[in-house]
Amino acid sequence: MIALLLAQTIAITGGTVFPVSGPKIEQATVLIRDGTIVAVGQDVSVPADATRIDATGKWVTPGLIDGAGQMGLVEIGAVPAGREGSIRNDTIAAAFNVAEGINPASQLIAVTRIEGITTTLASPGGHLVSGQAVLIDLAGATIEDMIAQSPVAMVADLSERAKDEGGGTRAGAAQRLRAAFRDALEYERRKTDFTRAQMQPLSASAADFEALLPVLRGQLPLIIIANRRSDIETALRIAREFKLRLVLAGAQEAWQLAPIIASAGVPVLVQPLDNVPSYDALGVRYENAAVLARAGVKVVLLETDTHNSRNLRQQAGNAVSYGMTWDQALRAITLSPAEVFGVASRYGSLEPGKVANVVVWSGDPFEFSTAVEHVYIRGREIPLTSRQAELLRRYRTLPPTY
Amino acid sequence: MRPVWLLTLPVSIACATASGRSATQTPAAAAARESTSVMRPQYPSTYQRRPNPPVVIRNATIMTAAGREITDGSILFRDGRIVAVDATVDAPADAVVVDGTGKYVTPGVIDTHSHLGVYAAPGTDAESDGNEATNPVTAEVWAEHSFWPQDPQIPLAIAGGITTIQALPGSANLIGGRSAILKLIPARTVQEMKFPGARYGMKMACGENPKRVYRSRGPSTRMGNMAGYRAAFIQAEAYRQRWDKWNQNHQGDAPARDLRLETLAEVLRGHIYVQNHCYRADEMAQMIDLAHEFGFKIRAFHHAVEAYKVADLLAREGTAVAIWADWWGFKEEAMDGIHENAALVQNAGGRPTIHSDSESGIQRLNQEAAKAMSYGQRAGLPVTRDQALRWITANPAWVLGIDSLVGTLEPGKMADVVVWSADPFSVYAKALQVYNDGWLVFDRHDAARQPRTDFELWQVPTPGADR
Repeated sequence: MIALLLAQTIAITGGTVFPVSGPKIEQATVLIRDGTIVAVGQDVSVPADATRIDATGKWVTPGLIDGAGQMGLVEIGAVPAGREGSIRNDTIAAAFNVAEGINPASQLIAVTRIEGITTTLASPGGHLVSGQAVLIDLAGATIEDMIAQSPVAMVADLSERAKDEGGGTRAGAAQRLRAAFRDALEYERRKTDFTRAQMQPLSASAADFEALLPVLRGQLPLIIIANRRSDIETALRIAREFKLRLVLAGAQEAWQLAPIIASAGVPVLVQPLDNVPSYDALGVRYENAAVLARAGVKVVLLETDTHNSRNLRQQAGNAVSYGMTWDQALRAITLSPAEVFGVASRYGSLEPGKVANVVVWSGDPFEFSTAVEHVYIRGREIPLTSRQAELLRRYRTLPPTY
Repeated sequence: MRPVWLLTLPVSIACATASGRSATQTPAAAAARESTSVMRPQYPSTYQRRPNPPVVIRNATIMTAAGREITDGSILFRDGRIVAVDATVDAPADAVVVDGTGKYVTPGVIDTHSHLGVYAAPGTDAESDGNEATNPVTAEVWAEHSFWPQDPQIPLAIAGGITTIQALPGSANLIGGRSAILKLIPARTVQEMKFPGARYGMKMACGENPKRVYRSRGPSTRMGNMAGYRAAFIQAEAYRQRWDKWNQNHQGDAPARDLRLETLAEVLRGHIYVQNHCYRADEMAQMIDLAHEFGFKIRAFHHAVEAYKVADLLAREGTAVAIWADWWGFKEEAMDGIHENAALVQNAGGRPTIHSDSESGIQRLNQEAAKAMSYGQRAGLPVTRDQALRWITANPAWVLGIDSLVGTLEPGKMADVVVWSADPFSVYAKALQVYNDGWLVFDRHDAARQPRTDFELWQVPTPGADR
């Protein structure tokens, strides 16, 4: 609420606007009021009290959305004290929602948003069912301020990493995942018996089953990490069996199944620059995203390194190099993730009524030579500073002044 | 200028101790050769240039990394050497003509910090050969003895325009062993890849890694790290003196050979370059003091995310840095990484190189250099395109001591040449052709010129011609 009170009317004028929901508009205005986009187009009348930002010659896009990572859940990779993304000793950690582990004061947030990434996933990891991911805006003093939507997905893993929790085998992982789903349905049918312990013990706690029910009702997407073609096929099979809203992540060999994934209507979260073969995915290749997009799969591009979530635009540029169209790539880091995470009515494009997450670039956002000129999150201009910017300021002349 | 030692490599390491005196002069020397392994060839390079027709690339933007960027220029190379680089060049009748219209040409990219071959894909324990983490000082191990030429990461790096790498031991140890300087070409043996005449590097590591790995037995602190280096070099000093004395006249029995001390003694003689993994500014200053104590030079600080804090000191010492454009935060000593690091080091008169330390990043060092250049320029630091190109070509060549041979497009240099589809500082640029010593090792539009390792056969799907 405080954020809204401090918001204002802002008119970004004269730029080349990429609404993503429609074709680009030359010399257009994006009008923002009280945190929301109120008008986009060439014939927008700018109120007298509006703060005018001249974006002539600039490119204006929605804030980029990174559908991966652990923003707010990790500070220094190697320091356990700052890691909040994985709950210990819990194979089916469905009840674990990461939100209260988020640190709004994390220095990663400023480092990331000043590069045009305004919204990211904060995802749990490390287990067969790792828990609930949330979507956060990269501004706000409190967790509540930051949350765009919680939860946006349940996260499960059928990649090689999950084998340990499947008794050391892939089939075991799939069977345990199925058992958890079946037990959740059984729990729903016999809640009273469960609480009175008048039935065989089930594979997880009541809280975990409660958390799985929205997944089994098709209300909450289930992200399954799977890379090998056969593991992706297993994920698709389980999704059919339980009528799940499946989202594939990692999906390094998904290009081999592009028509099948397309006809199943399953979106895929891909890191374009993955191409080093492992036994989890010998067929990993740069063209994955392009092949999927060409087949009609809804593709979301990722930068999975949380510290360098800012390289999402480099990932997108490389996806273009290896066959995506530029428009597809921009959509894959804006509107498509918003759709996959169920927030497209509020995020992902420049349209009236949407949350005013807007970035003004000096040129093509995917190019290294392009600078971020303005970032708005919920209609407030973000100062383009960070701890790293302060380090630069301190050390650009040596010796430094303290 | 071609250093003398290039011509005498097989024995230069062995008897680099000899003070310019031929070992064949005396019967004692002959006897010594019979009696001691150190006088015999030490794992020589068997690299051989492939015979290839001359190549002329015309109408391209030639980025020389030697001060000039020639739009609509040409380059001719033959017999593995660059013959001419100019607006127009005369080409022999038998030259293969490459139309470079709209294309860009650069020197082959050099990665000063790679673990290709020693941490090979597919990345199982079976290929984990980069850290001999059994002792804090393992100067006796050589990365080439771990290197697997069938690592499927090698062709991926070649497709990114890489022509030379330094394959290093990991950073578990205070002193991790010798590096290998390799031509990045398909080969059956590492010997075929060894850059002819290149000196070895020796990996050292500061900070968190060694003290974490050896926490239980020591060193477990940064002061313990320092004590460990010093103890090793004190032993090496005595060893060097014993051998230098014996090498003067080969009188009596040769001193006992100690592989660990042999490498360290070569560092003290200046024949092996120290390649020092070191993140923090204050630790770089400590390592410089260590080098002064024992009279050697640190060739480059690797990773060096805080180089910008002591850029003046590094410039004064003549120590290069091998750094990332943007890695930071993955551990405490990497906290203060900033995008402008390379530009600030350059601006202070230092010698930055952009390295990968990554099987993924090695495939796009051009992009990482572009990033570091762009952030530097946006901060108002005067970085030129030529300088930024040197961060991945001429400067790494200097770090490896092969800058008289590779790293720029100048007549006489080895024909390590990359043709790019667009400005290599654009995210959309891809290497179209990669020539290594005049040999076309990669052509994006010719499946027959896209080498595949044994590992990839049958089990890794063919990416197709346009990968």
